[in-house]
Amino acid sequence: MADATAVPPMSPALLTTADGRPLKAALQAAQARARRRAFLLVAPLLLFVVLTFIVPIGQMLHRSVYHDGLSSNAPKIAAWFAATPAGTPPDEAAWAALAEDFKAMKANKTAGEAGTRVNYTLPETRSLFTKTARGADKLAPPWHEAFVAIDPKWDDLAVWQAMRGASTAYTTDFYLIATDRTRDAAGNVEQVAENQRIYLWLFGKTFFLSGMITVICLALAFPVAHLLATLPARKANLLMILVLLPFWTSLLVRTTSWMVLLQGQGVVNDLLVRGGLIGDESRLAMMYNQTGTIIVMTHVLLPFMILPLYSVMRVIPPSYARAARSLGATSWTTFRRIYLPQTLPGIGAGALLVFILAVGYYITPALVGGADGQLISNLIQFHMANSNWSLAAALAAMLLAGVLVLYWLYDRLIGIDNLKLG
Amino acid sequence: MALPVYASPLERLWHRTYLVICAAIFLFLISPILIVIPLSFNVEPYFSFTKEMLSLDPSGFSMRWYDSLLTVGMTTPDGPRDANWWSMAWAEATWVQAAKNSIIIGFWSTILATFLGTLAALGLSRPEMPWRRAVMAVLISPMIVPIIIIATGLFFFYSNPCSVVGLSCGRLTSTYTGIVMAHATLGIPFVIITVTATLSGFDQSLIRAGASLGASPSRTFFKVVLPLITPGVVSGALFAFVTSFDEVVAVLFIAGPEQQTIPRQMWNGIREAISPAILAVATILVIISIALLATVELLRRRSERLRGVTPA
Repeated sequence: MADATAVPPMSPALLTTADGRPLKAALQAAQARARRRAFLLVAPLLLFVVLTFIVPIGQMLHRSVYHDGLSSNAPKIAAWFAATPAGTPPDEAAWAALAEDFKAMKANKTAGEAGTRVNYTLPETRSLFTKTARGADKLAPPWHEAFVAIDPKWDDLAVWQAMRGASTAYTTDFYLIATDRTRDAAGNVEQVAENQRIYLWLFGKTFFLSGMITVICLALAFPVAHLLATLPARKANLLMILVLLPFWTSLLVRTTSWMVLLQGQGVVNDLLVRGGLIGDESRLAMMYNQTGTIIVMTHVLLPFMILPLYSVMRVIPPSYARAARSLGATSWTTFRRIYLPQTLPGIGAGALLVFILAVGYYITPALVGGADGQLISNLIQFHMANSNWSLAAALAAMLLAGVLVLYWLYDRLIGIDNLKLG
Repeated sequence: MALPVYASPLERLWHRTYLVICAAIFLFLISPILIVIPLSFNVEPYFSFTKEMLSLDPSGFSMRWYDSLLTVGMTTPDGPRDANWWSMAWAEATWVQAAKNSIIIGFWSTILATFLGTLAALGLSRPEMPWRRAVMAVLISPMIVPIIIIATGLFFFYSNPCSVVGLSCGRLTSTYTGIVMAHATLGIPFVIITVTATLSGFDQSLIRAGASLGASPSRTFFKVVLPLITPGVVSGALFAFVTSFDEVVAVLFIAGPEQQTIPRQMWNGIREAISPAILAVATILVIISIALLATVELLRRRSERLRGVTPA
């Protein structure tokens, strides 16, 4: 190369490639190229996941703080609320704006939509809105009296307070509802009456039941994983099929099977009656209640506990336990002080995975949970089915936050790379 | 596992108890799956064993629920079972339609997930990959995030997919495309996990060996890398297919009446009129899952042999 020789002699410390570029720069360029190539391989999938996963969840989060039911359908009164400070009693201008909005809403048939938004903060407002819209044609000055003539509730300042809260499209109201809180007359946040607190209680119950299922799974998985890990490979592989077959079987099939087993006239009750353990009239109710949810979810999630435990136990050298015994430890001490601590990584991985999956479970509680075995996912579905989309989104966002914290914990403690299937 | 000779009587007793406990847990794991098989041949429309079944009387068993899988939904189910009848069953029967839909959706979502997932796994297992850990966490998250949240998000997104860029275009709800995309997203984590696991034992010097012998990068890929990772890719694809084949929540949220799948049909069957026809479907699905499990197990062994990993 002609110009390679033309390069002035460099300091001896600086190495160059054959074509005269400094080695450091050439290496950096090559590494950048390699990084780019690796990233280009991942890019199509990343784009796909962003489109079908990240963006939809982002939209859901947006929906949880955004509801334009009142602000878009009743823009005049929304503008009045924006122009006046909080707590202003409605003046004649406000009543006139409201009357105009109601006439428009009657024409567009959107009073129900607007009323629904206010209804989230003050019950029975939706019917007030639809009733008023029906009589909107008769509205004439003096406005205030005309509204009160349709329904005396319009004199209630609480209605105006609720409308003011609903008059902006962006709101934190749905998170307040989802955490069993409300705003009092002065606009301060307070807890709702004790008998109306459902959401936080259900979150608590979901976490409690998930924890319980995790503990039961651990109790059942530990002996089985230990047996599989200590048996000779041939026998262990055969028994492993019994663990993997449920793992591969359709969730709906497993849930159906449990319904066959657990129902009043089902196999388990039949066996108990025939065995004389219970009377024919006192058959156990093991389904359509919390018991059903716990039994079936334990069965469904058990392989997720056995597999990580097994992969950890398989590599624990038996010589440590033997050494402990030879030094005089009892079998219990050996288990507690030598064996158990070595299985902790497996316990952590399995327990976290089972707990994460249990917290978001939907299908099993919906089919066998009955009234008291429902989890938070089922309530989200219930609100979606009733078009309470923003409230469903707020509840889903709270559940998502919980799951992501656990996921982060899993990644920190165990590492996503170590997730294995079968 | 045998007890050492120095075990005390108490330890022997405990060991027996331990084995009994393990047997009970295995029974708990497997009995729900096996119980549906005999019950699906029940002659009565019940979910419990009749006296005839328990005494193994042939009159207590029948194929009527399997037959109903073909006849339910047909306009003229009674007639001679000639070629015409079978083509009618193929075109009209509710369960057959559901099976067709499930297979079509499962097939395309598996193709999509496997192609994109394998490509990404190849990138992720390169040591130069930037932000490896974060990207991996994002790509695995569809497996961790509750399905109800994904379905809710998709329900909003699919009603107007272009709203992200401020436009308005058609909707993806009630379309095959929409469900295939959703199911592919759910299957991708499985492909990533299995393929990266296969690649983790992959000897990178083989690529350099190929290059040093004069093969182009693409030739090295198709002749060296791909044959070695194929077992992982296929088992990832099977996981993705099973995920789609068993998925009901997203389908309930975003599918229309046209996209009736087997799980959705089962879901309706379980919630409304529960009949042993569900058990007949369940039995067929159990047999399919046994076949899949066997395939994956064979692939795993083949992969270990190919990569020279000796099973522990």
